[in-house]
Amino acid sequence: MPLEQKIKYESDCDKEFANWVVSQTGGENLRHCIQCGICSATCPLSLYMDYTPRRLINLAREGFKKEVLSSFTIWLCASCYACRVECPKEIQVTDIMYLLKRKAIEEGVFPRRFPIPVLAREFSRMIFFFGRVNETLLVTDLFLRTNWFKFLTMTGLGLNLIRTGRLSVLPDAIKGRGQLRKVLDAIESDEKKEAAK
Amino acid sequence: MKYQYFPGCSLKGTGRAYEESFLAVFKALGVEVSELEDWNCCGATAYMSVDETKSYALAGRNLAIAERGTEDVIAPCSACYLVLNKTMQGLKDHPELKRKVVSALKAGDLEYKGTAKVRHPLDVLVNDVGLEEIKKRVKNPLKGLKLAAYYGCQVIRPFATFDDQHNPVTMDNLITASGAECVDWPLKTRCCGGSLTGTVPEAGLRLAYIILKEAKKRGAQAIVTPCPLCQFNLDGYQDQIAAKYERIDIPVLYFTQVVGLALGLSHKELGIKRGIISAEAVLAGR
Repeated sequence: MPLEQKIKYESDCDKEFANWVVSQTGGENLRHCIQCGICSATCPLSLYMDYTPRRLINLAREGFKKEVLSSFTIWLCASCYACRVECPKEIQVTDIMYLLKRKAIEEGVFPRRFPIPVLAREFSRMIFFFGRVNETLLVTDLFLRTNWFKFLTMTGLGLNLIRTGRLSVLPDAIKGRGQLRKVLDAIESDEKKEAAK
Repeated sequence: MKYQYFPGCSLKGTGRAYEESFLAVFKALGVEVSELEDWNCCGATAYMSVDETKSYALAGRNLAIAERGTEDVIAPCSACYLVLNKTMQGLKDHPELKRKVVSALKAGDLEYKGTAKVRHPLDVLVNDVGLEEIKKRVKNPLKGLKLAAYYGCQVIRPFATFDDQHNPVTMDNLITASGAECVDWPLKTRCCGGSLTGTVPEAGLRLAYIILKEAKKRGAQAIVTPCPLCQFNLDGYQDQIAAKYERIDIPVLYFTQVVGLALGLSHKELGIKRGIISAEAVLAGR
């Protein structure tokens, strides 16, 4: 069994990451966190997380980059905003989770078995092409890309949706697709310019 | 009374019973709604995980289109309601972000000022139309029907201005005005699992199961919700929940369907048959 270092020295932490987190929109007041744990207590998904929200916040602001970005925690956040409403220091925990999800996608370090990053990417791609989202196509695409076997377990639900007239096969496209692409492209070139700086 | 209407993708897809019942109820109450022209997807929760600025711009396009009109915008889907309000708040709080979004929208010949007002139909029914007015129009009071008012998360958190974040009551009041009874229960605003029911069912299904089980235990004959994703999760996954935990078998209605029934609208007009768990037995004779 290889020997593993279980406790980090301060010098092992990525201070650059810590500084980046607190410099981002919504991250400014992370250093005010008093570690009271009300976020973890209100979170309905804490029980499945590798780090509870309270721990994740502490890890993020101290610069435990690898642990934070490859955690299940950020992908299990369902955006219910319970923590944000209860936080006595008004930390926007949900938005911190979004921030870390974006960083994890950007660095390609999310846990492979989680289809959520794939869902997010396909979702945005569908909007780029059609302007709207067709739930059926999105889900089909998602399962074919991640776990086609699991797709078979969804056929019951699919049949139920057909029976109740709730399944649309054709994507609903907007007229202003060109306009929407112009807007999204403008942001992309703006971001590229900024990155070049 | 006149409003603009932002349906969102769900109300045109798996949540079409919500659109049907929403439009039918507003028409019956004499409230005019017109669909926002060429609206696009609000970005929901998924887009925020990909690109923050783009997700604000997506919602910004809809808001810019809405600003051409003068009426308030009704967004019945909880995610749309949240995202549109979040975008207005975010762009107000962060001038640099606003500059980027405004200039990107300009590239598409759109002007964003931040003057739209995005409202939820619960807010409009209770505060603009009024409970007294609705009570006056009730033709078919739903006496003896016990319902669990389930609000879900995003309709009241974090931006609700029209209800209490811990113990919302607007939907309870509408249900009572319809002549039905609300069961007392503690899970009004607990998360239904969101998109996790599909992506990480081990976690998502448990969340939906907890809500179904508690509603049943409290004596509810049906759950009532204002959110298309809550309805989908609680209604659509009951077979999978039965396989993993136990069969609960409880129908899940939209609050607009409940109000519509009380106003004397037909099951067909309200899309009652679109429920995967049939509500026909519970609503027999109503």
